[in-house]
Amino acid sequence: MDHCAQTPNTPPDAPPKKPLVFTVKIKNALRIAAVDAHAQTLGLVPGLALADARAREPQLLAVPMDEAADSHMLRRLAHRCSCWSPTVVLMPPDAIGIDIQGAAHLFGGEAGLMTEVEAAMAVAGMEVRLACADTAEGAQALARFAMLPVVDEAAALRALPVVALGLEPQAALGLQRAGLKTLGDVAARPSASIAARFGMEAVTALDRILGKARGALMPMLHTAPLRFERRFAEPIAHQASIAAALSTLLDEAMTALAKRGLGGRRFRLTLCRSDGAKQYLDIEVGSPTRDPALVLRLFNERAETLNDPLDPGFGYDSLLLAIPSAEKLGVEQHSFESEAKADIALAELIDRLSTRLGPGRIRRLVPHDSHIPEQAQLALPAVHARKPVPWPAPPKGEPPQRPLFLFDPPQPVEVIAEVPDGPPHRFRWKRKLHEVRLYEGPERIATEWWRKKGGEYAGKGGLTRDYYRIEDVHGRRYWIFRHGLYEEKPDPKWYLHGLFA
Amino acid sequence: MRVDISKLMPPSSIVAGPCEPVFRWETGAAILDDAIGGGFAIGRVHEVFAARAEDSPACAGFVLALAIRNAGHSKPVVWLRSERAVRGGVIQGAGWAELGGAPEACLFVLAEDAKALLRAGVDALRCGGLGAVVIEGWGRMPELDLTASRRLSLAAEKSEVPLLMLRVDAEPVPSAAETRWQVSAAPSQALPGNAPGAPCFDIELLRCRSRPAGQSWRLEWDRDRKSFRDTAVSGSMVSLPLRRQAAQTGNGPLRPDAKYAA
Repeated sequence: MDHCAQTPNTPPDAPPKKPLVFTVKIKNALRIAAVDAHAQTLGLVPGLALADARAREPQLLAVPMDEAADSHMLRRLAHRCSCWSPTVVLMPPDAIGIDIQGAAHLFGGEAGLMTEVEAAMAVAGMEVRLACADTAEGAQALARFAMLPVVDEAAALRALPVVALGLEPQAALGLQRAGLKTLGDVAARPSASIAARFGMEAVTALDRILGKARGALMPMLHTAPLRFERRFAEPIAHQASIAAALSTLLDEAMTALAKRGLGGRRFRLTLCRSDGAKQYLDIEVGSPTRDPALVLRLFNERAETLNDPLDPGFGYDSLLLAIPSAEKLGVEQHSFESEAKADIALAELIDRLSTRLGPGRIRRLVPHDSHIPEQAQLALPAVHARKPVPWPAPPKGEPPQRPLFLFDPPQPVEVIAEVPDGPPHRFRWKRKLHEVRLYEGPERIATEWWRKKGGEYAGKGGLTRDYYRIEDVHGRRYWIFRHGLYEEKPDPKWYLHGLFA
Repeated sequence: MRVDISKLMPPSSIVAGPCEPVFRWETGAAILDDAIGGGFAIGRVHEVFAARAEDSPACAGFVLALAIRNAGHSKPVVWLRSERAVRGGVIQGAGWAELGGAPEACLFVLAEDAKALLRAGVDALRCGGLGAVVIEGWGRMPELDLTASRRLSLAAEKSEVPLLMLRVDAEPVPSAAETRWQVSAAPSQALPGNAPGAPCFDIELLRCRSRPAGQSWRLEWDRDRKSFRDTAVSGSMVSLPLRRQAAQTGNGPLRPDAKYAA
């Protein structure tokens, strides 16, 4: 027996009182694809041009249809449905089929199950139309076209209009013109003549809806989560026995991963203490792995760096190893090249240090497309930024134009300089006076005014910076800027932004 | 030629005597290379002290240039800093590339204290195939005693990765280092228009195992050739006396500049 839940588009966060419609572009015209209940009462139907609908209802709220989001939502709802039966079928765009054969009695029969589904979907914010039938197609047709609730299933199926067959509009029109208005009328005719006139599809669809034939169901595949548990007859507290249990768990997990052709990216070990407390150890590796020794080493590393060390108390009842994130990993091929070996060694170093110090402390520098100096680079955690992004090579024959060290925020300095555009002659930084010997500049860096609201108007875009590369009499090289031109600001401040090698 | 011969020899054992050959990388400045036996030894610890705290960027630049010289464009450099070092500025990939390095191949590690820094340093040194490991330590670092220093040097010898210890605001103490240097910023050779030129360093050899120490040089880093140059022999300028201020040239920075006046 099949069970069909039809889920109409519900507005995500529509303000009350305004009718809401979803639009699609068909042949260069915006047309309504779906409507909410309020719009339906106003007589707006899918297929109507948006301009016509607006003419009728100026208050109308129109939102472009997001099909990807719809199908994502449908998939999530289908996952929710898997608590009622293991076989859940997606029927895009807006229906879900649940095979409740042998499962309905667990929820108090068909009626009980339908109440439960309706309540659960209401919690999820969904208004649903539910119907049961012998076949998935029948249930779907009832949910879409019948008057609900259905009292007599067979009669209701025979009373369905011919559009429920899901044929081409031409064929449905042809059936109606032949005087066949309901499925019962069509079924009363010899099937050979129907097939001759409207094709075999019409007969097949009719048989499936009326329960004379069954179509193949394509249930959603559930992959079992990667969870491995070891329970102990007696609580264990010895570190050696915990390590032994963990390594057998890891072996089991790695075999399962290898079978699926996956490698784990994140691992979580839950240590369940006999008094009910749970302790967690989480590790993350930069590239998918199936190496139990590596994972064991990282778990050890993690356990060592905990702020409050693991306390076994009266011992652990069970260990649970979960792999929440896994990625594709083919069969490894060992290379004889030393370069590949060095890469692997570096990846292991990253994993180890990230586990011990935290992923935010091992970073790679990635160039960022901005000419504001403090935004020109991103320091990404090395665990996540595996692929190196090359940095642009500096022009040949020039001294360094960008400093090796940058202060963020820049440090204020007192400067004696020529007005308006002169270079600094001496400056005071950290209470020390520096005499300028050589300088180059200014290099003028404007703000990113296009990112600022109203930045296109003169004087609203922010302050321009004039950078000078200077060297003092001791040979120390600095990067100093004046924050603002004299026409922008009466008394612009000076800052030390970077230090050259 | 000495280098060529040493390259043909097998790598040194754990304890290297005065005659045992080790792999070395040259700095490019011949006088300096000769003074330390043909270049910096690979798989050893080299300590570089900033003469004053203000010289830390110059010192870091010198260390980075040494690392780039050994790492080339493909081998990664691991740069470890303590949290205190970040007060001296955040390392910039653009500035790194400006000195000729490849920041994309490098790892930057930030340790919360000296203990974690040294431990991460040993881990990094155990990883073979690196161009160099740099440990940037600010302050006295009492954790870096002879034991810790020996541990670092053993790890470096085993993996044949050089360790460059960059020390700022610290006094030299006995350690297992092969060489010890003191670096300060030096006035660069001015470009036309009084612009600062390529980075220059005053370096002094404080200690070199089984060799005389105490010499000092003024080196310039040539980014395009990825090589150091002794400014005394470059011919473009007479070298200045060491440890003395550069004489004020004419009216120096006050002179209105033709290049930028327009």
